[in-house]
Amino acid sequence: MIDLSVDLGFIKLKNPVIAASGTFGYGLEFSPFIDLNKLGGLVVKGLYFSPREGNPPPRLVETSSGLINAIGLPGIGVERFSEEILPELRKYRTAIIVNVCGESDEEYVSVVERLDKEKGISAYELNISCPNVKKDGLCPGLNPEATFSVVSMVKKSSSRPIITKLSPNVTDIVEIALSAQEAGTDAISLVNTFLAMAVDTETRKPLLANTFGGLSGPAIKPIALRMVYQVASKVKIPVIGMGGISSGKDALEFLITGAKAVEVGMANFIDPETTVRIIEELKAYCQKNKIDKIETIIGTLKA
Amino acid sequence: MIKDPQAQIVGKESWRNYYLLSLESHAIASQARSGQFIMVRIIPYPHPLLRRPLSIHSKDEKNIEIFFQTTGLGTNLLSQKKIGEFLDILGPLGKGFHVGASLRGKDVVAVGGGRGIAPLYFLSQELRSYGASVKIFYGGKSLEDLPLKDKFIKDGFDLLCSTDDGSFGFKGFVSDFFKAELKKFFPSYVFACGPEPMMEKIARISRAKNIPAEFSLESVMGCGFGACWGCVKRIKKNNEEGWVKICEEGPVFSGEEIIWTEEEK
Repeated sequence: MIDLSVDLGFIKLKNPVIAASGTFGYGLEFSPFIDLNKLGGLVVKGLYFSPREGNPPPRLVETSSGLINAIGLPGIGVERFSEEILPELRKYRTAIIVNVCGESDEEYVSVVERLDKEKGISAYELNISCPNVKKDGLCPGLNPEATFSVVSMVKKSSSRPIITKLSPNVTDIVEIALSAQEAGTDAISLVNTFLAMAVDTETRKPLLANTFGGLSGPAIKPIALRMVYQVASKVKIPVIGMGGISSGKDALEFLITGAKAVEVGMANFIDPETTVRIIEELKAYCQKNKIDKIETIIGTLKA
Repeated sequence: MIKDPQAQIVGKESWRNYYLLSLESHAIASQARSGQFIMVRIIPYPHPLLRRPLSIHSKDEKNIEIFFQTTGLGTNLLSQKKIGEFLDILGPLGKGFHVGASLRGKDVVAVGGGRGIAPLYFLSQELRSYGASVKIFYGGKSLEDLPLKDKFIKDGFDLLCSTDDGSFGFKGFVSDFFKAELKKFFPSYVFACGPEPMMEKIARISRAKNIPAEFSLESVMGCGFGACWGCVKRIKKNNEEGWVKICEEGPVFSGEEIIWTEEEK
């Protein structure tokens, strides 16, 4: 019997595969395709306090082995989520993580305080890194002081563990990670999407209404992996790796470089069964290599 | 809504840059209604990455058909698939056309522009089965853009064709043809699919005459089942206006609900 469980300290996951925020709706969208009980966890789409419209279309453009999105975090808001979605999600035996957004530090806090009243949430993932909300792509995750401020404020008011999700659009990702750690985050997840754009050469206009969007997909995997390795080598808290993962082999690369778990993102669009297939592939890898506990390969990168 | 990773191509026809593929997929065929679509995985590799949304053109007990025009890398690769090969598809997705017994005995119009004819064959069959009398307007740039003309005629449908260049049927846009024909008859319902400017004109003409109309919208889609929020249209419903997911709430919307791109500006 192979043990795929991983212990993040504040939570034990039945396996290291988590569905990533923004690519998995509110989770229930995938229930026609997969058994959500099989997942290590799932992170629901980013929630602001109030409902939001998001950006005008076009919101998506496909590029070589990648997808640029400028969805702009539309959503139903924390109240409707608590009343309509959470009671359904709670029925599943998987870690439910809520991605929390805010236009100000105070809004992050108010979302967390509202969700703290609800049962069935394992942790909050702080989205300090979405590049689509403002045209200049600014967010607290771009600077260590702003990161420290929002993380410490949310940590103080939250009754649950905090995972801080980092933006890769910075000069020194380790500096931001250390700042989040110092502010008391329980874990770090990275990377969010890379700020990107594409142009229609006939009209000479940007292909996204928002001009900029966030690049995800297989195209970003090697860069994401490098950043996860850099951060995991420097912080003491658990790191959740993501960026272009679409196979068991991809997930293993992140685990070997030091991620304790992985998030699977846009690959869910191409194949809604991706997360479950990755879990099967991890199991097969362990069988083939006579590994009893998948945790034993975490951070085992050789020189 | 299921994933069929092994839908075999059992039939293929082509006309210049238009293709019709017949796919064997019992589960999807048995559930499909007109106006719904499937998401087709083009290739098992990362480029092109996304599935392509394609209308269900027709169905029988075990097969569905898709009709498409090659417009880019994805559809070009799809057009090269051969009979006997397998496609990974998700479907049936979206909410279809509103077809039901209330249309029995009614005169109904379906207007298709270019590849927008794709869902209207399935629709016409369903309308006929409900006892509606269907008149189909089929417009294209030129005669070569009306590859399904003979298929509709062979099945005994009342088909009216137009071409922008006058090479076949009415000379001009299909929307102008539809407007001209409205002097002769008065349908009780209009369905349309095609380029957005065409649909917008049909919407305006129908609204002016108080004829209810619905439209099947086309969009780039990330997932096709409501998870990515990538395909949205401005929709006004119950006095609320907002960006609505085409894949989940559509792709068919009523003329009263849609805020056309030109009106947004």
